[in-house]
Amino acid sequence: MMSFMKGRVLVVDDDTALAEMLGIVLRGEGFEPSFVADGDKALAAFRETKPDLVLLDLMLPGRDGIEVCRLIRAESGVPIVMLTAKSDTVDVVVGLESGADDYIVKPFKPKELVARIRARLRRSEEPAPEQLAIGDLVIDVAGHSVKRDGQSIALTPLEFDLLVALARKPWQVFTREVLLEQVWGYRHAADTRLVNVHVQRLRSKVEKDPERPEIVVTVRGVGYKAGPS
Amino acid sequence: MSGDSAASAPGRSGSRGGRPVGRGTAGSRWGRFLEGGLLQGGVQGSPVLRLFMRWVRRPLLPVMRLWRRNIQLKVVVTTLLMSLGVVLLLGFVVIGQVRNGLLDAKVKASQSQATGGFSAAKQTADEASAAGTGDDGTATDGRSEQNVIQWMSDLVEQLSSGGQGAFEVVTLPAGGDSGGGRGPRASNYVDPTASVPENLRERIDSSTAAAQSYTRIIYNADKESQPALVIGKQVNDPNGDPYQLYYLFPLTQEEKSLSLVKGTLATAGLFVVVLLGAIAWLVVRQVVTPVRMAAGIAERLSAGRLQERMKVTGEDDIARLGEAFNKMAQNLQLKIQQLEDLSRMQRRFVSDVSHELRTPLTTVRMAADVIHEAREDFDPVTARSAELLADQLDRFESLLADLLEISRFDAGAAALEAEPIDLREVVRRVVSGAEPLAERKGTTIRLVGDQQPVVAEADARRVERVLRNLVVNAVEHGEGRDVVVKLAAAGGAVAVAVRDYGVGLKPGEATRVFSRFWRADPARARTTGGTGLGLSIALEDARLHGGWLQAWGEPGGGSQFRLTLPRTADEPLRGSPIPLEPKDSRRNRGLDDAGLPRGEKSATVPAQQTADQASAMASRDPIAGRLNGAAPTADPTALPGNGARVVPRPASGPRRQDDAPAGERARGEDAGPPEGPSRQGEAFRGR
Repeated sequence: MMSFMKGRVLVVDDDTALAEMLGIVLRGEGFEPSFVADGDKALAAFRETKPDLVLLDLMLPGRDGIEVCRLIRAESGVPIVMLTAKSDTVDVVVGLESGADDYIVKPFKPKELVARIRARLRRSEEPAPEQLAIGDLVIDVAGHSVKRDGQSIALTPLEFDLLVALARKPWQVFTREVLLEQVWGYRHAADTRLVNVHVQRLRSKVEKDPERPEIVVTVRGVGYKAGPS
Repeated sequence: MSGDSAASAPGRSGSRGGRPVGRGTAGSRWGRFLEGGLLQGGVQGSPVLRLFMRWVRRPLLPVMRLWRRNIQLKVVVTTLLMSLGVVLLLGFVVIGQVRNGLLDAKVKASQSQATGGFSAAKQTADEASAAGTGDDGTATDGRSEQNVIQWMSDLVEQLSSGGQGAFEVVTLPAGGDSGGGRGPRASNYVDPTASVPENLRERIDSSTAAAQSYTRIIYNADKESQPALVIGKQVNDPNGDPYQLYYLFPLTQEEKSLSLVKGTLATAGLFVVVLLGAIAWLVVRQVVTPVRMAAGIAERLSAGRLQERMKVTGEDDIARLGEAFNKMAQNLQLKIQQLEDLSRMQRRFVSDVSHELRTPLTTVRMAADVIHEAREDFDPVTARSAELLADQLDRFESLLADLLEISRFDAGAAALEAEPIDLREVVRRVVSGAEPLAERKGTTIRLVGDQQPVVAEADARRVERVLRNLVVNAVEHGEGRDVVVKLAAAGGAVAVAVRDYGVGLKPGEATRVFSRFWRADPARARTTGGTGLGLSIALEDARLHGGWLQAWGEPGGGSQFRLTLPRTADEPLRGSPIPLEPKDSRRNRGLDDAGLPRGEKSATVPAQQTADQASAMASRDPIAGRLNGAAPTADPTALPGNGARVVPRPASGPRRQDDAPAGERARGEDAGPPEGPSRQGEAFRGR
């Protein structure tokens, strides 16, 4: 059961005590942590260790977490979970917009952290071959690819999951809470801002005109649904 | 036209007086007709006239407005009118004096001339009489008649020739007597009877002294009449019969001089008036321009453009006004700047503290959790210590989070992320979240009024936090009895009320529950370990929405907390769909009348204690009526817990129910010390 949960986690944090503590907890849960304390060296460490997930503190010496997040996201779709001391809307939204999949506000409980990491690492092990259509997009679930007129669109795993969740039930309107549960794997509602930001990011990639979305349609006062295909 | 408007004035006022009475009924209209027609005359046309006046007045309205709003126009027009009055008065006085001066000289000269003339006429008559008697002692009448006629014509010729046009001579018969050939005679084609005023003739008839008057000389020939002074006297002809001799002195020269003076004065007066107006305009402009500038700049300042300043030139009072104004603006700007800096620093500090505290706290937290997990391997003392450590860290954490949240509100850094949400969803989440606690307490949480969507523009995160707080509090203090969560929407507002039947609130506590770190009963052990900031934060959250969070409670009868939010974020709140005091309160069930001790006292804290609160309260009634009208739709599903507790009431809506205990409420106020907010709450509840 735990075996597939194992994964390499890159911890980018300048606080040595916290990094060490994170290491203890992660190792206790069966992950393989590696550490880097400096924002400037984070990208090199990322390329070297090829982690399955990045734990990223937002306040870093050298390059700050936002910048690091953007750089990593530029070359990989690997899940990024931000550690932030600020739960203020602006900070969270900026972090999410720079490419983080999820965030966790300090101080957090070890269990909470582990749950979030597992949720990000959880992949359906053998995805059934499945073709989905949403708008003019064709989604190959097993092949993890989205195409428009044969042109492939690059999405992060999270964005892909979000799109697939919407495309599987085009008749259903998804509330943000339902999406959080299905895509992020949260039992209890966390922060619906996660959904808002990621829907925007997804739209910027898959919509012809993100101002007038046709693929991911907002249902005012309720949530989102897939556009007519 | 002028006659029209003059007639219209009383007509209008008359009809206006009658209007309120005679509006609807034909009878009183007749009365108005009669009254108006008889008393004022011509009022039958008053509707037409009124229309006409309205038609006249309409284009005047902009002028009236300009008059009210433009001080420059006022001053200039006033100056013009007043100087015109002064100039007119001055002109009349001057003209009067000039005329008197001119006439006095003329009258004197004329009188002496006339006196000379009269004596000359007398002398001629005496001479002629002497010659006549010398010729023929008993002259025949016919011949002497002939003589007198001739003599008189000669006399007129003779007398008038001496004046060389400076005067005319007229003779008229004395009294009605025109016999004896003494018909009217005059020199130079003067019309003798028309030129001499009738009353002067009568005066001369009745006395022998000379008399004078002003008249106009009328000519028989084609010549313009002219003003003149006429002096007359009764003189005897050679036969000893009286006749009237008049000297007429033309005043043409004097009139010319006078009109010249008049013309000069009028011209000068006109110039003076116009110049005074211009001067007034200039002077007022000097004062008004800076005032207008100050007004404009004050407006811009209040619009937030703090760098605006007045131009200051010179050292006069206007310059002082400008300087003082600028100084004020400067100080304002400085203070606002300082406050902004302070607020920014505060926010920065909060943010920094947040980060600096949270990182080590995270490490401690994780370490404590690891220790806590492994506590079974420890000896009992260490194991218990690990438990305490973990528990208190939880408390520390939530306290820190609440403190940061409060300081964010204090710094004004809290931002509302409002979007349309269905409050039912939020309430269901909150209720399901509180279920575990409720189960432990043996409490059932019931939801009322969730059949229809209750949508409002709100920040779901904050609303959820508020409601979670209220529900958890209700469960915690509900002593195992039911907790009822009620939803309603009406008018521009939505509301959620959380009712419990626990210990309730003592008099005055309803206002204090929102104070920071306030605890209902310090001696009471807290089972769920709140921070004491929950309701303060909830209140701030409600305020941020422009909503209210209010509390009601009675000792032993439970309490109700009500969150009211405007349906759209910018709309001011005017009422709540749910009455603050639940219908199953002791008072509403009429238990006071049954003689139960009246310890209860309810009070509320309106979440918005802004300056316009009072006015909002005052103007609530209209919407209150509307809300009450809408309330019955929500009411069947409304509170209360056990049907047995509800005393059925006539179906007249909550208004009647709230009105009934009005007198008791007054007594209730006496029971406890009245507090400002509580009174507001009372007023509010009085709907």
